[in-house]
Amino acid sequence: MSSAWSWYISIIVVANILACVWLIRWTQKKRPGEARPDETTGHSWDGLTELNQPMPRWWLWLFYGTIVWGLIYLVLYPGLGAFPGLLGWSQYSQYDEEVEQMEAEVAPLFARYAEMDFLELARHEEAMQTGRRLFANNCAVCHGTDGGGRPGFPDLTDDDWKWGGDPEQVHHSILEGRQGIMPPLGDALGEDGVEAVTAYVFHLNDRDAPEELVEAGRGLFSQQCAACHGQDGKGNQAMGAPNLTNDTWVYGGSREAIERSIREGREAEMPGQENILGADRVHLLTAYVLSLSMDTRDNGAEAPDGDE
Amino acid sequence: MESTPNYNEKVVRQFAVATVVWGVVGMLVGVWIAAQLIWPALNFDTAWLSYGRLRPLHTNAVIFAFGGSALFATSYWVVQRTCGVRLISDRLAAFTFWGWQTVIVAAAITLPLGLTQAKEYAELEWPIALLIAVVWVAYAYVFFGTIFIRKVKHIYVANWFYGAFIIAVAVLHIVNNLVIPVGLTKSYPVYAGAVDAMVQWWYGHNAVGFFLTAGFLGMMYYFVPKQADRPIYSYRLSIVHFWALISIYMWAGPHHLHYTALPEWGQSLGMVFSIILLAPSWGGMINGIMTLKGAWYKLRDDPILKFLIVSLSFYGMATFEGPMMSIKTVNALSHYTDWTIGHVHAGALGWVAFITYGAIYFLIPRLYGKASMYSVRAIEWHFWISTIGVVLYIAAMWIAGVMQGLMWRAVNDDGTLTYTFMESLVATYPYYMVRLLGGLIFFIGMLIMAWNVWMTMRPEKKDLTQASQEAKPVQEA
Ligand code: HEC
Ligand code: HEC
Ligand code: HEM
Ligand code: HEM
Repeated sequence: MSSAWSWYISIIVVANILACVWLIRWTQKKRPGEARPDETTGHSWDGLTELNQPMPRWWLWLFYGTIVWGLIYLVLYPGLGAFPGLLGWSQYSQYDEEVEQMEAEVAPLFARYAEMDFLELARHEEAMQTGRRLFANNCAVCHGTDGGGRPGFPDLTDDDWKWGGDPEQVHHSILEGRQGIMPPLGDALGEDGVEAVTAYVFHLNDRDAPEELVEAGRGLFSQQCAACHGQDGKGNQAMGAPNLTNDTWVYGGSREAIERSIREGREAEMPGQENILGADRVHLLTAYVLSLSMDTRDNGAEAPDGDE
Repeated sequence: MESTPNYNEKVVRQFAVATVVWGVVGMLVGVWIAAQLIWPALNFDTAWLSYGRLRPLHTNAVIFAFGGSALFATSYWVVQRTCGVRLISDRLAAFTFWGWQTVIVAAAITLPLGLTQAKEYAELEWPIALLIAVVWVAYAYVFFGTIFIRKVKHIYVANWFYGAFIIAVAVLHIVNNLVIPVGLTKSYPVYAGAVDAMVQWWYGHNAVGFFLTAGFLGMMYYFVPKQADRPIYSYRLSIVHFWALISIYMWAGPHHLHYTALPEWGQSLGMVFSIILLAPSWGGMINGIMTLKGAWYKLRDDPILKFLIVSLSFYGMATFEGPMMSIKTVNALSHYTDWTIGHVHAGALGWVAFITYGAIYFLIPRLYGKASMYSVRAIEWHFWISTIGVVLYIAAMWIAGVMQGLMWRAVNDDGTLTYTFMESLVATYPYYMVRLLGGLIFFIGMLIMAWNVWMTMRPEKKDLTQASQEAKPVQEA
């Protein structure tokens, strides 16, 4: 704020407040020949009149009190133009201080967890309670409170992983985020092609589909899809292309949903948490996410996913 | 008695009836969205029935249609009687009625269609905003023109408040609606970022301060002393609280933007002026309630006076609560919670609706040449029912609001939040139920009023058949 503006605003603020004081004192003044308090002022409108009572004393004190309080506040806190106030307080410094203080209190705890192995941590009850709350407040909006996923957001409790279920891969997904893009192929395939490939995807999942369509789709699949989803359709975790053979779907397994995925493409973004939650909390969350699918892991020792 | 001037009562009648009609509509939508917050399926998967579109319909209908019509009706009544002259222009007065109703109908169509500027209480797109401005200029001409030609030397205090309300709303409306149209139904504000936010809440808060407060104080200054048949308590108090109120209200807007990107000096001024606003606000309450000094017994069996006086207590409550909520540390708890909704409806139901009920019950029999409302017992019922409704509504929202604020800030030893947002929502459902119940009861009260007004307006059948022989001499008596 330039100093001219600063003075301008400060002066009208103080003038407005002081004008209230003047207004009270001016109105309080007794004038010669005026009506007594219990008399009316002598005017009448549609039969309405006004008494000349003084203003209630307690009310005047209340008014003065708030004015004094207001002026003191403006001396102590930022309020008069560019003047920062004697206390030097600001919402930004208060925020930074509070966050810093809280971090100092809890950082050692997360640092301790960060030194533990993921799968060991996943069996640490107290740590998992903290993990559950972190997940509930930071991840549940997309993945659901139980991590079970919702259309467009993958289920984190099963053994079907787009980007891999090894502890390291899961850690990578959370820390750095993921961005899966399925290109729209409606134009390349044509409406008949979309129908045929969909039939072939049905076939890959042992679902019923007209034989001739499946055959037409088989060729199209190896031309258009195999590069990403693999010849066998079992997906490619390096690029987040999901397995299309296990009848588990992020966007839904109905014919319409699959056709839409192919025709219009899909895009998914998992926001990386490195700059949001920090490395230590991500370490704990990785363990928590792994704990959700513990029953799908061999003794919890190794991730079963990985077709290669 | 002196012969009374030939006042324009037609436009008052029209606005008075519109008040009741829009009251029913606006509150019905209020009840509907209160239910949607519990059962979202009540939007029937229909875009124009969805919460985001019905909520602004509710606020516009209750504030501008219900409250606005009440302000037009009463200000036209009051300005004529306290100036001792007929409105300066019947045609312009009629224009304000039909113009304002057009605005309301346009709002009721465009808001459900999702056409909005997305500024709270200023949602209407530019063609409608323009019509509002034109109607408002006509209103100002009729009101101030009538004051100009008055036959009474001094200007009655009610007219100060109505006048301030009319001028301030004109300025607020125009400044907050400076937009660049990019089509009939879309426009962009000329302001950006924090400036836009500040202009919006300067407008928003003064919509509260001048539309929902100054205008209704004007109503108070006429109907309370009239119904109580007592002089106003203190002329001096009215001078001080009027000038203090209108000058201080203008600064208080930033309390809607605490802890935001708004520069801190702005936030502090919003808070300081909100605190200083307490006494000027209470000045109006004191002046109204103390007018009853020595006549308290009248409250016992006059339900209209009950409405008027209880409205002042709610006004006092809301204007105590407001300054408290504007203290930054309190606002850190209350903001975003249902506490704000409780505060709003303490003012909106307890103050605005109650004083409107009182004024309309006063006016309707006089406007339709009846000795009193069709059923005075029904007014008594309306009063008690509404009181229960308001209390349920605001108590539920206060508890819910404080609970939400506390749940959101609760932190565990490990620094994680104790509750998720969902958990706070689940904990709020019982209070949403109580609010719905309170709102429903309040709405039923409104229906009782509508019935009572209808029965009072109805020409009496007997009179009609005998009109030719008897009615004339009776009227002259
Ligand atoms: C804004 C929504 C959103 C939020 C918040 C979010 N995620 Fe994700 N997450 C996604 C999406 C979308 C994907 C799928 C990404 C893809 O396929 O490219 C995903 C993928 C993942 C994966 C990989 C799943 C797989 O099958 O390979 C993991 C693990 C994961 N998220 C964990 C988390 C954790 C832990 C959090 C909380 C810190 C979180 N996510 C927060 C949207 C979100
Ligand atoms: C460039 C690589 C690429 C090609 C080519 C590709 N896909 Fe995909 N596909 C992906 C990725 C990555 C995703 C995950 C997108 C997301 O999560 O948003 C995906 C998602 C899908 C899905 C949704 C899966 C679910 O769980 O809901 C289907 C179905 C699908 N692809 C089928 C096909 C078919 C059929 C073809 C060939 C016509 C094809 N894809 C070609 C990369 C590809
Ligand atoms: C039957 C009576 C009423 C019911 C049931 C009701 C209900 C509601 C509901 C459910 C909301 C939305 C709250 C939210 O978003 O959480 C709301 C908002 C609002 N209502 Fe009402 N209402 C009623 C009467 C009124 C009246 C008479 C007025 C004004 C004169 C009014 C003014 C408002 C305002 C200004 C808001 C917006 C508040 C904000 O954004 O903070 N309401 N009402
Ligand atoms: C001295 C008087 C008052 C002060 C200082 C005051 C202050 C406040 C504050 C601090 C908020 C909360 C802002 C937030 O956290 O977002 C608020 C909201 C609100 N108040 Fe008041 N209030 C006063 C009187 C009233 C009255 C009498 C009414 C109604 C008739 C009223 C209607 C509202 C409305 C509608 C909102 C909600 C705005 C929104 O967010 O949509 N207020 N007020």
